[in-house]
Amino acid sequence: MLGLKSKSLAADKSDKIGRVLVFVYLVLFFCFLVLPLFALMSKSMQNADGAFIGLENFAVYLKDPTLFKSFFHSLFVAFVSTVIVVFLGFLYAFALQCTCIPYKGFFKVISLIPLLSPSILAAIALVYWFGNQGVFKDLLLGNSIYGPIGIIIASVYWTFPHALMILSTSLSLSDARLYEASDALKASKLRTFFTVTVPGAKYGIISTTFVVFILVFTDFGVPKVIGGNYNVLATDIYREVVGMQNFQMGAVISIVLLVPALLAFAFDQFFRKRQASQLTSRAVVYVPKPHKMRDTLLLCYCLFITILVLLMLGMAQFGALVKFWPYNLSLTLSHYNFEVAGLGWDSFYNSIRMSLWAAFFGTVIIFIGSYLIEKMRSDKSLRDVLQMIALMPMAIPGIVLGLAYIFFFNMKDNPLNFIYATMIILVINTIVHFYTVSHLSAITAIKKLDPEFESVSLSLKVPIYKMFFRVTLPVCLPTVFDIFIYLFCNAMTTVSGVIFLYSYDTTLASVSSIHLDEQGDVAGAAAMAMLIVYISFLVRGVHTIVSTFLLKRAQAWKNI
Amino acid sequence: MENTSSYLSTKKLSKFFGEFLALDNVSIDINAGEFVCFLGPSGCGKTTLLRCIAGLEVQSSGAIIQNSEIISGLPTSQRDFGIVFQSYALFPNLSCFQNISYGLENLGWNKKDITKRVEELLSLVGLSDHTKKYPSQLSGGEQQRIALARAIATSPNLLLLDEPLSALDAKVRVHLRQELKNFHRRLGLTTIMVTHDQEEALAIADRIFVMDRGKIMQSGTPEDIYANSRNPFVANFIGMTNFIEGKVLNKNVIEIDNKQLDFIGHGYTKGTKVLVAARPECIQLSKKTGKNIFNGTVVDVEFLGSFLRIYLETSFMPNQRLIIDKPMIGVFDKSTAIGDVLGFTMSPTYLNVYECEE
Repeated sequence: MLGLKSKSLAADKSDKIGRVLVFVYLVLFFCFLVLPLFALMSKSMQNADGAFIGLENFAVYLKDPTLFKSFFHSLFVAFVSTVIVVFLGFLYAFALQCTCIPYKGFFKVISLIPLLSPSILAAIALVYWFGNQGVFKDLLLGNSIYGPIGIIIASVYWTFPHALMILSTSLSLSDARLYEASDALKASKLRTFFTVTVPGAKYGIISTTFVVFILVFTDFGVPKVIGGNYNVLATDIYREVVGMQNFQMGAVISIVLLVPALLAFAFDQFFRKRQASQLTSRAVVYVPKPHKMRDTLLLCYCLFITILVLLMLGMAQFGALVKFWPYNLSLTLSHYNFEVAGLGWDSFYNSIRMSLWAAFFGTVIIFIGSYLIEKMRSDKSLRDVLQMIALMPMAIPGIVLGLAYIFFFNMKDNPLNFIYATMIILVINTIVHFYTVSHLSAITAIKKLDPEFESVSLSLKVPIYKMFFRVTLPVCLPTVFDIFIYLFCNAMTTVSGVIFLYSYDTTLASVSSIHLDEQGDVAGAAAMAMLIVYISFLVRGVHTIVSTFLLKRAQAWKNI
Repeated sequence: MENTSSYLSTKKLSKFFGEFLALDNVSIDINAGEFVCFLGPSGCGKTTLLRCIAGLEVQSSGAIIQNSEIISGLPTSQRDFGIVFQSYALFPNLSCFQNISYGLENLGWNKKDITKRVEELLSLVGLSDHTKKYPSQLSGGEQQRIALARAIATSPNLLLLDEPLSALDAKVRVHLRQELKNFHRRLGLTTIMVTHDQEEALAIADRIFVMDRGKIMQSGTPEDIYANSRNPFVANFIGMTNFIEGKVLNKNVIEIDNKQLDFIGHGYTKGTKVLVAARPECIQLSKKTGKNIFNGTVVDVEFLGSFLRIYLETSFMPNQRLIIDKPMIGVFDKSTAIGDVLGFTMSPTYLNVYECEE
């Protein structure tokens, strides 16, 4: 007789592999994200001997006026920087997307320069411009650049491209029909701007606000270099942990830093979902028409921003080459001999090695992970958990993640203890720290593939993993390259994630730059920061060449 | 109905998506070499049934038998079928040749045999000179034919087509459905096509399974389903039908609006409320009066080339218009105008009568 009872379907070989991989990813996420954060939380509730004392540490924190003050400092600089960046970024994005100014490609490249440099580069440049021996010290009218002013200017500089990318996207999605309707109703250009352009970019502006706020609120490098005595949460964590060996208080401050970041992240996710639903109807792409006065004004504005960006970069470069600022302005390469500081070029090579590893393994892990989440047929609930965890790193400040890693991997009875103070932990930390953005772009690329590719392949008896290499990967190659570059550049420039994790053998360029600055060798710090800029430029350049020539051949099917 | 020699059958197949019952005890039999259509409105379960047969969805209960073997427990890759999707799902980075040879390469064929087979298939679908082109360089119809060639490359014994014509322009669609039929005639491959287009199903299928809400509402040849629709859903979904409410007066007579209509009795008891289904082309205009003759007022007339469609308002169909298709033979008949009162008659042989559900 035929069995009419439900028969569970025997799994395809491909399904079995997928299942094992999903399990592996869950284990990895637990080991390298969830458990370290748990270790951080439990540390915040322990005394120096490791006994559980509940929220006592938090009570101590709240009673300490100097510590508590840092919280408001962080809020203040983050708030002011965000307001400035959103305003400047919106104007710039508007000029690029909604006007007819010339040289848009040039201005776009200029605006991305800060992405290629570590955040401390701007702080170092500011020291040369406005520091105690700065060129324009007098412009500050007696105020010191070391403090909120310096933090805000440097933060505005390095978060500008982040803001610009989100704002440009949201402006590029504006619907031409609304502009036509506004024109037909005889609205003035200014009125159109405030009734069509700004509301259309509303969610972009909200999202930018949250993203920039989190970036500045949790940043470590800039306040470390130019904060002076103006303490913020991230520098407090560093001082408690490195300076005072008070790990418990470090953990407490980390949580104080983490909670607002998580909240901002949650709000951002909420608004992003709203925007996604707003975009489902098909809009007509807006093509701007020339408008002489607007275009001239905005061209001047873009030139102004360009000059500011180049002044920052140029001054850092100049400072790195000058013999003895400001007394002997003759040029020398001696600051690139990092031997003086006892660090040498090793940290630079370490950075490149670390960045290559992180970019390579990160790209592989992130792309396969996104594919599993998006295309597996079974274990829906497990995949939902994976997706949720994959979004988490975006909300976790680098310095918090780094501290969590110390607590977790430095435990003596942790079998993973062996990676502590090695290159491996730096690579893993970097991949996890920058996971989310890459993950989301991989998901977007994979979502564009026909959902039936897997079905067709199975019907032709070709296993999914073969199809993955034959079709999925080649089709998504541009995204894979983008992820690689994104991870590489971020690994080169990051400070906050790795400041606690390097060892004597694994110092990194960005960290060295901070230490050089700490030792008073600002020129050395500038030279090291500039090295990072060169290598990032070089890699970007190679990427451009690869994508214009190699990709064109590999993706011949696209350009017909 | 139970046919032990059938090539493919499902036994009491059910499928739940959470709480939603997508397939409700579906038992069907398909003979070797048949061209079968699953026809129904969207959400009726036709695609789910096809995907269960392919192993792309897992049934909640029931069994699927192919070639005397229970396949419902086998994974997709171990089942014997080729499939063409509505989107064709051609691999964009592979040329036509590579798309078609995709399954063959994995079988370990040598290059020469693969080339021979692919060329054979390309000429079968009439695209021999498209070997090196990529899918994006082909028209929708050409893409569909490449997808078809790819699906049968490994010589499966069953071909599944999931709305293969829906993405095409109306004219191309008509052309390609004839090609599909020719194709089937030449290869004799057992074929199942899912479609929501009743005209397509009528034109192409040897047998149609009409589905609604996860159930098979009727199966049979196109002619059978059209002429002897077993229930109001089928009568309404296939072609056009006028539904007229009435009451059984005696064995062969229905009372409608105090008038009598002859019908071929189904053994309904006296007083049963029934629904009379009459196709527009089966209603004849008549100048007589008396039994089997009804009246209506013309509210609209459409000239549709080969026939005239007349919309009537009648006393017994308060919320609907009665539709009569009158063939246009010879010159255009201008005698029908809005406001005319027309008499018409319905012949018992062309009527279907259903018991009203209370």
